[in-house]
Amino acid sequence: MVRILDERRQQVYRKGQGSFNMTCEKKSLAGAVSQRACVFCGSRVVLYPIADALHLVHGPIGCAAYTWDIRGALSSGPQLHRLSFSTDLREMDVIQGGEKKLYNSLVELIDEYQPKAAFVYATCIVGLIGDDVDAICRKVSSEKNITVLPVHSEGFCGSKKEGYRAACDALYKLVGTAPADGVSRHSINIMGDFNLAGEIWLIREYYNRMGVEVVANITGDGRVADIRRMHAASLNVVQCSGSIIHLARKLEEKYGRPYIRVSYFGIEDMAKALYDVAEFFDDPVMMEKAEQIVRSEVAAIMPEIRRYRKDLVGRKAAVYVGGAFKAFSLVRALRLLGMRTVLVGSQTGNQDDYRQLRDMCDAGTIIVDDSNPLELCGFLKEKGCDIFIGGVKERPIAYKLGLGFCDHNHERKQALAGFTGMLNFAREVYATVTSPVWQFVRRPQPAQENKK
Amino acid sequence: MLLRHTSSEVQQRGALTINPAKTCQPIGAMYAALGIHGCMPHSHGSQGCCAYHRSALTRHYKEPAMATTSSFTEGASVFGGQANLVAAINNIFTIYNPDIIAVHTTCLSETIGDDIPQIIQRAESDGKIPEGKLLIHCNTPSYVGSHVTGFANMVKSMVTYFSESGSGKKLNQVNIIPGWVEPADMREIKRLCGEMGVKTVIFPDTSGVLDVAMTGKAEHFPKGGVTVEALKTTGDSKATIALGEVTSGPAAKALDVKCNVPCEILDLPIGLAATDRFIDTLRKILHIEVPETVTEQRGRLLDMIMDTQQYTYKKRVALWGDPDQLVALAEFLVLLDMEPVYIVTGTPGKNFLKRIEKVIGNCAFKAEVKAGAGADMYLMHQWIKNEKVDLLIGNTYGKYISRDEDIPLVRFGFPIFDRVGHQYFPTVGYRGGMRLLEMILNVLLDRQDRDCPEESFELVM
Ligand code: SF4
Ligand code: SF4
Repeated sequence: MVRILDERRQQVYRKGQGSFNMTCEKKSLAGAVSQRACVFCGSRVVLYPIADALHLVHGPIGCAAYTWDIRGALSSGPQLHRLSFSTDLREMDVIQGGEKKLYNSLVELIDEYQPKAAFVYATCIVGLIGDDVDAICRKVSSEKNITVLPVHSEGFCGSKKEGYRAACDALYKLVGTAPADGVSRHSINIMGDFNLAGEIWLIREYYNRMGVEVVANITGDGRVADIRRMHAASLNVVQCSGSIIHLARKLEEKYGRPYIRVSYFGIEDMAKALYDVAEFFDDPVMMEKAEQIVRSEVAAIMPEIRRYRKDLVGRKAAVYVGGAFKAFSLVRALRLLGMRTVLVGSQTGNQDDYRQLRDMCDAGTIIVDDSNPLELCGFLKEKGCDIFIGGVKERPIAYKLGLGFCDHNHERKQALAGFTGMLNFAREVYATVTSPVWQFVRRPQPAQENKK
Repeated sequence: MLLRHTSSEVQQRGALTINPAKTCQPIGAMYAALGIHGCMPHSHGSQGCCAYHRSALTRHYKEPAMATTSSFTEGASVFGGQANLVAAINNIFTIYNPDIIAVHTTCLSETIGDDIPQIIQRAESDGKIPEGKLLIHCNTPSYVGSHVTGFANMVKSMVTYFSESGSGKKLNQVNIIPGWVEPADMREIKRLCGEMGVKTVIFPDTSGVLDVAMTGKAEHFPKGGVTVEALKTTGDSKATIALGEVTSGPAAKALDVKCNVPCEILDLPIGLAATDRFIDTLRKILHIEVPETVTEQRGRLLDMIMDTQQYTYKKRVALWGDPDQLVALAEFLVLLDMEPVYIVTGTPGKNFLKRIEKVIGNCAFKAEVKAGAGADMYLMHQWIKNEKVDLLIGNTYGKYISRDEDIPLVRFGFPIFDRVGHQYFPTVGYRGGMRLLEMILNVLLDRQDRDCPEESFELVM
């Protein structure tokens, strides 16, 4: 059995064993090989896809270097977001403060690049040395006549989640700063998609075909001007519940614009995302169109998916992703492929999320919160999986154990959202699970079978 | 044009780094610590830094890079990280059970001013360090130096904590500090020494740690890495050879001071001349003959250089990366009759400029060299825009320039996120030199095949 730190016992649940009382949203333990990242990471993930804004990381070089173009958030226009800007704080700055450096950097960058707005990320050190980032931003804002927004993302103030919140707060300051006229009644914002591998383009196209106007993409392929008038959209369609929900709530509060939560992964969830919007607008024509889209798209991908399914039926999958919402979709999508999810976890889920996961999964499935490689390895060995679905840190774990792997995080190379994405996902899963290489690899056998 | 925003006019920048040619200290310390057998690197700071460092190492080596974090919270940032570190030490030994923990700091714990040795003592007196288990540390504030400094600091700590001159008599062995090179390079250095019949302690040694063979068993502490027992004996070695002044020099000097082990500080053995110096130093220290097999390897590299000189002749090259690599590489390129005209490293250091000057000072071409503040990939791009080069050599971050300016790129250095091979095939030693030359020739000749007019497209080259 896997060794689990005592303090973590409540963060692991086995369906069918004992009562469900998962603790989560806990701080990572000191000394854990946590897979979690920091506040700054969360903010950066959310804001960085805004392609015509300047993103300046105020801190020592590392924080900027590690986030330089590591996520494939595509832009159809400007590529400013793919450069790495840092104030590169040095020892003297730490002693004397980095305000002057920040000011100079901002001025130089704005002169050089003429961005539509600027985000300044305050990292851990800045929090400690006490630079007045807000004041500098205000000053540059008025001097240069462009919006300069501080993002308080000191890493030690929590995990990614708090970073999402800081990002939303910054975004919110842009909202409502441009007139809302000329927007159709049938309009939405697509929120919580970062256009990895061009996914938001797929989704936009579905909605456009339904006759829905998309005002702003938050934030994949995002533009400052769109964000300024996003309050004009009648409905906010929110994906990836964790990252952007805070902004959606604020929009509802201030502008009375409701939001719905959707997921674009898998056929069921994708179709529902379209129907829910049509339902909201209460428009039969739109619903008709949505149904048409679903019919034709599903018809186009199912024959190929069925072929894969034949070889995938009964295979076992493990899922470890950032947000719990994605985990739901993945469990469903895997089921469509005939596969069983035997281990599922997330870095940032809450009680409700895990309860929902429990309800979706088969008996014996292990559910984990904020896991670490050692634990994951143990569970994978115990369960004997065919594929592990996760992110960059999970990939080598899977390969070391001789399991198939699919990156469902920011290193995905193909769109996994939408109907097209479901097909891509099926292809990827099939390719890795049935790869000829496994015949040369001895995989750990599941615990129970060993005993027999 | 991903870099369409680069203007060709080079201006003095007051502050600001655009597209850095360096990263921060802790990742170097982490990499070095992974080169000790059974060692868990520990990042004393917030969890974010640690997550980034691990991801970057994993992307480069395509292997899991284990490391733990003190998971600082707001409380720790006010009251100091002592409680976090003590708790961490306890948890790490309980759950992961490494032989040794190698603690490095981060900007955060440095700025707070945590006194690591004192905290370690505390953990010891509280009984948090089990019998026979070890703990070492080094300071790695990222606002000083760069990732290579962090590497050097951790290597130096191995000496400070472990090297002993216990037995009183010299052992017939040589310490080799390989610098921040790939696992494959460390393997190749060991192989070469073995071929020479030299007994060595090489530290750190990430071969067998970050290039592990597939066995179907995931071992958290793979069988590679220098052992603590071996490290202890370094004080009794005949001599130390430090490869790379920046990454290995400090440890070698510390060992000299601490245990009186004389040291030779050499360039990384990249290319013919630098490898010659390495082999020759070994020969002199141990009074041995260079075996025929090694001479033959040298001869083959020499042969290859002669056969292909017409293709490398007067080609203009831009290089970026880490100081030790750049010095050795520039020397090799000059031997190939190439012109390393632009050289950039984000790692500050006046000595670097002097070392480069020594290598290219007498050459006919004019070179731009910059290190430290303002030496970044943006500046490199500006130079290139002003006068083009034929070839780029450096890490993955050069791919934007390569694409925009349509210049071939040979990936070399750290990090390489988008190709494989660097972990497995060395670029040090004579054989490594051959591989480097092969990579260079391949891209140049591919280019010629692609660009030349149809009538001069050649079958035999
Ligand atoms: S620069 Fe400092 S704060 Fe940033 S990632 Fe590196 S160690 Fe952490
Ligand atoms: S934890 Fe702090 S210092 Fe480390 S990467 Fe995050 S913001 Fe930077």
